[in-house]
Amino acid sequence: MIAESVDEAVAGIEDGSTVLVGGFGFAGMPFDLIDGLIRQGATDLTIVSNNAGNGDVGLAALLKAGRVRKVICSFPRQSDSYVFDELYRAGRIELEVVPQGNLAERMRAAGAGIGAFFCPTGVGTPLAEGKETRTIDGRDYVLEYPIKGDVALISAHRADGMGNLVYRKTARNFGPVMATAATRTIVQVTEVVSTGGLDPEAVVTPGIFVDRVVRVEARNYTVQGAR
Amino acid sequence: MSLTPDELAAVVARDIPPHSYVNLGIGQPTKVADHLDADAGIVLHTENGMLNMGPAATGDQVDPDLTNAGKVPVTELPGASYFHHADSFLMMRGGHLDVCVLGAFQVSAAGDLANWHTGAPDAIPAVGGAMDLAIGAKQVFVMMTLFDKKGRPKLVPACTYPLTGLRCVSRVYSDLAIIDVGPDSAKVRETFGVTVEELRKRLDVPLT
Repeated sequence: MIAESVDEAVAGIEDGSTVLVGGFGFAGMPFDLIDGLIRQGATDLTIVSNNAGNGDVGLAALLKAGRVRKVICSFPRQSDSYVFDELYRAGRIELEVVPQGNLAERMRAAGAGIGAFFCPTGVGTPLAEGKETRTIDGRDYVLEYPIKGDVALISAHRADGMGNLVYRKTARNFGPVMATAATRTIVQVTEVVSTGGLDPEAVVTPGIFVDRVVRVEARNYTVQGAR
Repeated sequence: MSLTPDELAAVVARDIPPHSYVNLGIGQPTKVADHLDADAGIVLHTENGMLNMGPAATGDQVDPDLTNAGKVPVTELPGASYFHHADSFLMMRGGHLDVCVLGAFQVSAAGDLANWHTGAPDAIPAVGGAMDLAIGAKQVFVMMTLFDKKGRPKLVPACTYPLTGLRCVSRVYSDLAIIDVGPDSAKVRETFGVTVEELRKRLDVPLT
């Protein structure tokens, strides 16, 4: 469960993998695991994340290294998403824009073994074009399919030896959902406690969803200002 | 006189019932928080997983793990809670939020909303939580100027920009008027420095 190093934690990620990457902007972004993935070298990746990278670090660095074929996200365009913007405008990266709640729910469905679901979000909009619709009890819905990951890279606050996780504030965001939706879930935390060291009532992600945990140093990343 | 953005934010805040669960969209709607009565028990939801969000963080309060939907550092109020993204959007989609306040490029008289994409061919599409918010809350308020910078109405018979949601807006709060929209068409509730007759001349939408 507990890896000795980031490189050990991310070993074996294959070319062409779909990688779920936690975080909302920088909050909850698994910086160290992404840096490890860049060193590891897997390429032709499909990345599922809320954003498409900020600045030159984290997800943006992975994009800049040319390892990403496609991004599935809700909000690629931000004041500091210049790495993605340039790749996109040059036609060097594919983009699937998904409403943020659908992104979360499609991964939740994957983790929950749900084959597809009817969702009211996006009815009548360009993002529902070509999708099956159905009227249920007088309301219109769009058919949405799960998004399953080969790998999830997430950041949590604290783990125990069983892989049970707790998060910190809004850095939780996509972590618990992504942990359920990937074949292999790899987690970076700033603290590992012994088994029994977490209050079972407070565990957010039970260890059954976690394959590998690695402890990293707390990172004093820059907080973004208003967009 | 037409309303300034701050005055408009105060007017929206006045109309949010006590004890409501409220989501304020990015941009102008965020200003509404500054005008809410602190004793009214209004709970702010932020899409990135928090209820009872407090004001923007300053100085030592800044914590990179605690931001709002605009990724600006914020604070937590007593009674705050954190949850993951699927639960956060369940709160919207499932109709658990009482009010959400959004910006808009265009709103139709029937309540269609366009606020995520200008449709410009070189624009990079980015939707975020706009579509989920638009169809989820019990009441969707839009906060916008009634006319764009070129003087074109933003309350229109039918949206020409790509839609965010169908028939989802309940009320438009603008610098010139508060207008209810929906299946029974547009109804003016209040005007600011302009008469309903003048609005009728400038808008291509029947007003009652």
